[in-house]
Amino acid sequence: MLQSHNPTGHISITGVSKYFGRHKALDNISLELEPGSVTVILGPSGSGKSTLLRAINHLERVDEGFIQIDGDYIGYRQSGDKLYELKEKEILRQRVNVGYVFQNFNLFPHLTVLENLIEAPIAHKQLNRKAAVEQAYQLLDVVGLRNKADSWSRHLSGGQQQRIAIARALALRPRVMLFDEPTSALDPELVGEVLDVIKKLARSGTTLVVVTHEIGFAREVADNVVFMVDGKIVEQGSSDEVLNHPQHSRTRQFLSKVL
Amino acid sequence: MTTPSNTPSTIKVVPARYPWRTFGAIVALFVLAIVVQSVAFNPRWEWSVFARWFFDPVILEGLAQTLLLTLIGTALSVAFGGLLALARLSSSWLLNSLAWGYIWLFRSLPLIVVLIILYNFSYLYDTLSIGIPFTQISWGSYQTINVLGQFSTAVVGLTLVQSAYTAEIIRGGFLGVDHGQYEAAAALGLPAWRRTVRIILPQALRTILPSGFNEIISLAKGTAMVYVLAMPELFYTIQMIYNRTQEVIPLLMVGAVWYLVITSVLSLIQHLVERWLARSERRSAINQQSPARLAPRQPVLQTQEAAHAPVP
Repeated sequence: MLQSHNPTGHISITGVSKYFGRHKALDNISLELEPGSVTVILGPSGSGKSTLLRAINHLERVDEGFIQIDGDYIGYRQSGDKLYELKEKEILRQRVNVGYVFQNFNLFPHLTVLENLIEAPIAHKQLNRKAAVEQAYQLLDVVGLRNKADSWSRHLSGGQQQRIAIARALALRPRVMLFDEPTSALDPELVGEVLDVIKKLARSGTTLVVVTHEIGFAREVADNVVFMVDGKIVEQGSSDEVLNHPQHSRTRQFLSKVL
Repeated sequence: MTTPSNTPSTIKVVPARYPWRTFGAIVALFVLAIVVQSVAFNPRWEWSVFARWFFDPVILEGLAQTLLLTLIGTALSVAFGGLLALARLSSSWLLNSLAWGYIWLFRSLPLIVVLIILYNFSYLYDTLSIGIPFTQISWGSYQTINVLGQFSTAVVGLTLVQSAYTAEIIRGGFLGVDHGQYEAAAALGLPAWRRTVRIILPQALRTILPSGFNEIISLAKGTAMVYVLAMPELFYTIQMIYNRTQEVIPLLMVGAVWYLVITSVLSLIQHLVERWLARSERRSAINQQSPARLAPRQPVLQTQEAAHAPVP
């Protein structure tokens, strides 16, 4: 289930900027993320980490620069040397390749856990209902919640809801998974169960990008760590380089506060 | 807090008492008795006339017209109002401003004015035809007076006005759904129609229904307004009868009671629908109760111990 056969999910970000009014939320960001790699984005609040993540899934339209996943431009269709902006319908179809996990889970509260998991694969005609249900149970095994299939999502603990939300994103078999502070809304004792699921995914060949404040998690799992301040990348490198031997004073200052 | 060795049996629990509630209830019952006595025993209410007319076929026929108008008016205004609400919420400025203009116009005009204008439409346009404007192509032409008879004028008028209100209620319900739900649906790439119908609408219904049923109830009573078209619905039928027999009060009571019945049935439907929609929450309430149901006695005793036993 978690095995992806040919590792794809190369993310290429080139000169991306984003303005909210006059405020520059992203300032000329460039990043290359290898297929199957795990990247943790760190930074103080308001540094543009979440905006960058949302831009990768086109939940936020960028004002300058381009984002590509496996060579396909996000939000555009290339024809010769021209890029045509995609219509909403096509953007929705493009998102199938990218799973997104929210800080507040955003499970559909009027649907049962199982219905949450089969909704998207059926909507995109990837699977018929029977196959989607079968896949949903496999995903529930991955996150260890098979017995909750028929529960309403609002009766689960925060940690369980987040694990279901991860399973829901996986149901479309995305090449890239984006996590926007997946443990920030959880009680401290529930953080571990969610991080364990993400660690499992880290070894599956899917490209992961995680915005988080869990330094321990970054140290253990991340291939790359990116440190952002004020919409700019201040420092990036392996987790050992950035977390243990930071070059930049702003990074050292931040790490001393969160560690 | 307490151990089982403490014996709470010696401590007596006195429930809180509210003597003013009892007094208030007695006063209310007394006032009610006065009202019932005056209504039932004042001969001028003419309850025998009421009884004679209540199930009269003429009245029932008027009632049927009222119910039919309410039903068609509701169905059309929900369908059209829903489209207007989606137009108002869409990202297209054209649809958005057209819907805004429509709602602005028909919320501003009194229903009775709309009805009379429609009824006099044949004065403005003798014929209504289907075809392509500015050309000779035409697929059919009708006398306005035949198309807009009493019933169709009433349906069109009620729908035009009602859908403007319904649209705003539906739009309010959609705006009330948590923004995260839209984002989650977008992140899963759900097509717009499926997102609206499967994800957002079921959650919006929780807020739409109470005010929506308010509108249906006021539409049911609002149908009385079409008496200006001399259309024989419940209220016009009653007027016709009492103008002839001069038994004004008992006949108005016939109408009042029938409107009460319609409204009560609608309220009952509302209650059932809301209970069905709340099922994902209700089950949690049952879950919380279930331990108490398994052992109904013990938990009660324990709470009393905890609350009243002195701390050792």
